[in-house]
Amino acid sequence: MNTQTHQLPQPVFSLALLRRHALFLILLLLIAGFASKEPAFVQPANLLSILQSTSVEALLGLAVTVALIAGGFDLSIGATASTALIASSYAMVVWHWGAVPTVLFGLLSGAAIGLFNALLVVRLRIPDLLATLGTMFLLGGLQLIPTGGQSISTGLMLPDGSSASGTFAPGFLALGRARLLGVPVPVIIVAVIALALWLLMQRTRWGRVFYATGGNEQAAALAGAPTARYRTLAYVLSGTLAALGGVIIAARVGRGDVSGGGSLLLDSVGATLIGFAVLNARRPHIVGTVVGALFVGVLLNGLTMLNVPFYTQDFVKGLVLVGALALTFGPGRGRA
Amino acid sequence: MTTPDTSSPLLALRQIRKRYGATVALDGVDLTLHAGEVLALMGANGAGKSTLVKIIAGVERADAGQVLWQSQPVTFGSPRAALSAGVVTVHQQTSQLGVPGLTVAENLLLGKLCDPASPVLQSPRQLLAEAARVAGDLAGGLPLTADFADLTTAQRQLLALARALYENARLVILDEPTASLSAHESRRLFAAVDQLRAAGIAVLYISHRPADLRRLADRAVVLRNGQVAGGFAAPLDLDAALRVLTGGTLPLRSKALTPTAPGPVRLQLDAVRLLPESPAINLTLRAGEVVALTGNLGAGKSHLLRVLFGAGRLASGRVLLNGQPWRARNPAQAIAAGVFMAAEDRWRSSFLPTTTLGATLADLIALPHLPQLFKSGWLDHTALDERAISWIARLGIRAPGPQATPDQLSGGNQQKVVLARWQSMPAQVLLLDEPFQGVDIGARHDLVNAIRASTDRAVLIATSDLEEAVEVADRVLIMDQHGIYDPGPLRDGASLLDHIEQLERFAGQASNPAEEALA
Repeated sequence: MNTQTHQLPQPVFSLALLRRHALFLILLLLIAGFASKEPAFVQPANLLSILQSTSVEALLGLAVTVALIAGGFDLSIGATASTALIASSYAMVVWHWGAVPTVLFGLLSGAAIGLFNALLVVRLRIPDLLATLGTMFLLGGLQLIPTGGQSISTGLMLPDGSSASGTFAPGFLALGRARLLGVPVPVIIVAVIALALWLLMQRTRWGRVFYATGGNEQAAALAGAPTARYRTLAYVLSGTLAALGGVIIAARVGRGDVSGGGSLLLDSVGATLIGFAVLNARRPHIVGTVVGALFVGVLLNGLTMLNVPFYTQDFVKGLVLVGALALTFGPGRGRA
Repeated sequence: MTTPDTSSPLLALRQIRKRYGATVALDGVDLTLHAGEVLALMGANGAGKSTLVKIIAGVERADAGQVLWQSQPVTFGSPRAALSAGVVTVHQQTSQLGVPGLTVAENLLLGKLCDPASPVLQSPRQLLAEAARVAGDLAGGLPLTADFADLTTAQRQLLALARALYENARLVILDEPTASLSAHESRRLFAAVDQLRAAGIAVLYISHRPADLRRLADRAVVLRNGQVAGGFAAPLDLDAALRVLTGGTLPLRSKALTPTAPGPVRLQLDAVRLLPESPAINLTLRAGEVVALTGNLGAGKSHLLRVLFGAGRLASGRVLLNGQPWRARNPAQAIAAGVFMAAEDRWRSSFLPTTTLGATLADLIALPHLPQLFKSGWLDHTALDERAISWIARLGIRAPGPQATPDQLSGGNQQKVVLARWQSMPAQVLLLDEPFQGVDIGARHDLVNAIRASTDRAVLIATSDLEEAVEVADRVLIMDQHGIYDPGPLRDGASLLDHIEQLERFAGQASNPAEEALA
């Protein structure tokens, strides 16, 4: 009938190929550039510190990615993380809980927030951006109530006039500070979780259903997928991952600082959206998000080493994000 | 109506060529179009119709050749340039024909409202009065204060045509306008096209439907492989045109002569009511039987199919599957029981956005069956590809391979992918909603053969096109107001045309009161 449907043979060095690997290429160029200016940049110690400093952003980015794959944006990610941070700090300092129950409590708080988001979005059918924006404000305020707006550390003044006497357990702090064979624990945690999520999303049929639900919920439902359940699960998973990020921050800092989690949200959404450009996938995906987080981490670390002022960081992040989005959605995209 | 060939044509194309990479889409096409003439453009999917339309409408530029507009050589560099010369295109995608959020009246007067010379302040009353005048009798029934977004396909088309008439269009391109219209709505559209023709507007009418062409076309041009394969003057010899279109003989199934021997009862509906006040439906479907439901949009065809698939609710009644009382609460249960449905509008109901993971043919064909195919949860990509390759071969799908996405395929091949999805597992009952939408005649024939190939399952097809229904089905039933009527069996080929006439009359009459009530 015709030959129109047949794909043309692609040249080996095509624009598409370049676009596919553009972010890796730029990342390599960045590393090479920083290394030539400041040899200390490529020292193993510094590289590990980059990994450590990006681990939380990567984790939160993965949380955003999971929600986004199932078709839901989650603006409450940062607030979820900071809520889990406060919850776990409070459990240790005020309630004198041990490390294990504290971590579980932190994760559960995240799962509960995810369930709440799912209730709003899936059950009550509130548009996802609006619902999670509401959750974000709700959590930002909620954190202030038990502590009266103070940071949580030993000696915290409680509303009844007494002071909290609990301390952060060493086992808990190890989660954020310890190293295993020289590698920081948070890095190992994120690597394991990223691998598990990658397997789930790319290699199992459940992953296909997550993507199908996000891509075209009606089509997924007509193919027999319980889409409401998948969307709920995605929010719960997303909330739990964000909470893990919060718990790791608490363990690293050793103090429960209240915050709305605004910068965490920005960084994690940024990592996810930069990830769209990785491998030219033009969709949220696990590898992309991890690379996106690394990309920002390398850039910020390098610029700091070159004594670029701290206050330009947000501007640089914004620049990278816009550039990556232009790469993803800009002209000349699409297949040959 | 015939147009004297002595007058100079409104539009003349000379040796138009267009390539996309290595693919030759148009290979030296000549075409002339006179004012007040309806020219039917026919051709299988991929024959070059869309490319030709895009060049005329300024969306694409020809690589070589000449476009003469009122005897002057022109190049429409953009759709806007074509539009200002008077070329109006009415796409199949009717969402592009107006602005959602604005009323019908505002849409009718959109050109005027956007004109910098028009007054800044517009009184709503004046606007309505003027819109009513613009709508005229061509689009007289349109609800002027309704939001464009709430209009049906047919209403949007009428709006676009009324606007074209008002804004002094010279050429109107209609791309498969009746593809999703009921018989009654189609007649309304035909009347509108007649009005355009009477006003001296040239109409380029793209359609696969013999009924449309017989009713409207003054001439027909058939494209094949990017070339003009034949031209036909009125009265159209459709059989000859179809032969040229397919490049050979068109094998029409002599269905009335080869009735299938029905097997055991697969599905039985006992006094099923779709709505509390709708008539009770009794229906028996046997293995090996293909039954078509026809009727207007909104008659309840899709509703019935969705109910059987567990995607909708019924008000009362009983459904028996293989003799056992059965009710699917969701599509997953239906699929597990072997009741499959391919819903209408394949892009919304079956495919995924092309950048999504799982948007390839291999994934799309397997999507509903993933739990059965991969019980452990781990996907085997090789197995997915092999299944897809086998079905691509069995249904003759023209596709680059199992990793292609459906947007790379023609409409007919896309529909074959949807069919492959539901044929790739053994079914008890196969429900197909508008399976021939946007499918050319050659591919439709392939689809009919594939649908009729299995004797083990019952097939229920919903289609608003009577000729499709008659071509594919052993029995044709009419659905109206959520009830089913059996117009009686088809005995031989001679009774076929009578049958069609009778069905069309029924469908037209039945829809009238309801539509007037809405308007």
